[in-house]
Amino acid sequence: MMSASPVVRVPLYRLAHSRSGDKGNTSNLSLIAWREDLYPSLRDAVTAERVADWFAARRPHAVTRYEIPSLHAMNFVLEGVLDGGVNDALNLDAHGKSLSFWLLAMPIDVPARLVAGLPDFNAP
Amino acid sequence: MVQSAPLLHIGCASGFSGDRSDGAAPIVAELIRRGGGVLIFETLAERTLALAQLAMNDDPQRGYEPLLVDLLEPVLADCLAHGIPIVSNFGAANPSGAARRISQLAQTLRVRTPRIAVVSGDALRGDDAMQALQRCTPDIDLSALDVVSATAYIGAAEIAEALRAGADIVVCGRVADPSLTLGPALAHFDWALDDWPRLARATMAGHMLECGTQVTGGYYAIPGLKDVSGLDHTGFPIVTLDADGHIELTKAPGTGGRVDRAIAVEQLLYEVHDPGAYLTPDVVADISHAQVVQMEGDRIAVRNVHGHARPATLKVNICYRGGWFAEAEISYAGIAAHARAQLAADIVRSRLGDALTLRVDFIGVQSILSDDEGAFQPDGHAHDPYAFGDVRLRVAATHPERQVAERVLREVTALYCCGPAGGGGVRTSIRQRLNMVSTLVPREQVTPSWRFWEES
Repeated sequence: MMSASPVVRVPLYRLAHSRSGDKGNTSNLSLIAWREDLYPSLRDAVTAERVADWFAARRPHAVTRYEIPSLHAMNFVLEGVLDGGVNDALNLDAHGKSLSFWLLAMPIDVPARLVAGLPDFNAP
Repeated sequence: MVQSAPLLHIGCASGFSGDRSDGAAPIVAELIRRGGGVLIFETLAERTLALAQLAMNDDPQRGYEPLLVDLLEPVLADCLAHGIPIVSNFGAANPSGAARRISQLAQTLRVRTPRIAVVSGDALRGDDAMQALQRCTPDIDLSALDVVSATAYIGAAEIAEALRAGADIVVCGRVADPSLTLGPALAHFDWALDDWPRLARATMAGHMLECGTQVTGGYYAIPGLKDVSGLDHTGFPIVTLDADGHIELTKAPGTGGRVDRAIAVEQLLYEVHDPGAYLTPDVVADISHAQVVQMEGDRIAVRNVHGHARPATLKVNICYRGGWFAEAEISYAGIAAHARAQLAADIVRSRLGDALTLRVDFIGVQSILSDDEGAFQPDGHAHDPYAFGDVRLRVAATHPERQVAERVLREVTALYCCGPAGGGGVRTSIRQRLNMVSTLVPREQVTPSWRFWEES
């Protein structure tokens, strides 16, 4: 076995991008690696359990993860997180459009060798 | 290009009811340049149809897409002159009403009389239909609900038949969004209705189109990380299908936005649950092995879409009148803004007691990510309520009785004089809710049909 390589903690948005969609009281969050070589790290780090914990304040009934390696993407389906859905919620964002941007704030440990070249804000 | 299998170009100029109405003209110009194609508009969301039904209850002439004329007026003459059919669900609850309005528009514009097809059968009305629906929904007593509409998602077959019969415009209500694309493809390529791989590819083409600019750079941008230029004149998408249903996607030339792989994958997975089973009335599409290939210019291709036999059931949305939804807001800014907004919330809570279950938001501090209990506490994002701030208090509640719900409005308004220092900018609203339950019914219970519309 090789020794453990050093890791660096980065926010998830540096590894992947995401869009949320809604159907009834269920939200789906895609998570798409910026590059194919980032996908294995993403798959290891962002498990269904971790996403369920991360969204604990929205009290999901269930979180299912689907893997789509050909798109180097995953799809998370979070049931019961939309306060009843677009016709029932009191939340201003009844569609849960913002939920993907909470996902992208999740801290992720990635091998240090991958960090160089990760996209980041180039704001002045 | 193989001569026996001419390509089909389909442009989508609207992604929801309320979208920009200037998307169609650049698409139609490009379709004309390419020698023809089909123009679609997607204008129906889960709640739009029930709102349309309410509008029709008030006035039998209404109940179709309110922006119908805004969408069609810029392009109707060119589409008719160049044989570009228009297919849309802008009929909403009243496709015949939409057909009548289109016919009037054609007369006003002094263009030739269009052959308008109307698709029906999606709306489940009458006692027999409701009893059949009740048998499929044993957990809910439908007779106890004030039902506004019950609508099945129907498929592409009727659209295809109408186009084959020479329709210039096909007006639908609740067809599944991707069926707006599959229908023209069925008519053009003459595929069998159980040719699952081809139906699945065209269905996913429709899925890519159905949200308009969400596949051409809309709904994607984060400044500095995911930049997109020209979002003030984003081009709407155009798909090209070949005889096997293989998909290429681009946007109208001379427009803003962008077509690239990353944007396309976001839209490919949008509102998808199991990527191996994207359910529509026409087919079960499978994108679990799909690839999105970046091509030269603003173009991508979608490959490896598979298809499986269509479901035996159709989805039905039942909308019913719910309680009254009250919202009221007031702003606090400057020193201790958050602390003053919190005090205001406490006062309203105390005054309303147990009469209503309130949701309280502090817009500018925390208003979106939490659930109604306010349990969200992100690490490292704590906010000092006494710091300089700019906070808008929002209080929301629902109640079956309007008078009770209105107390939210009264109490927030009264904060002007009775609340903490410096509250300003009160806005209030109250409206009746439309709630919804979804169910599945055997396909045999729904009988879609189409006919050419004629002035009665």
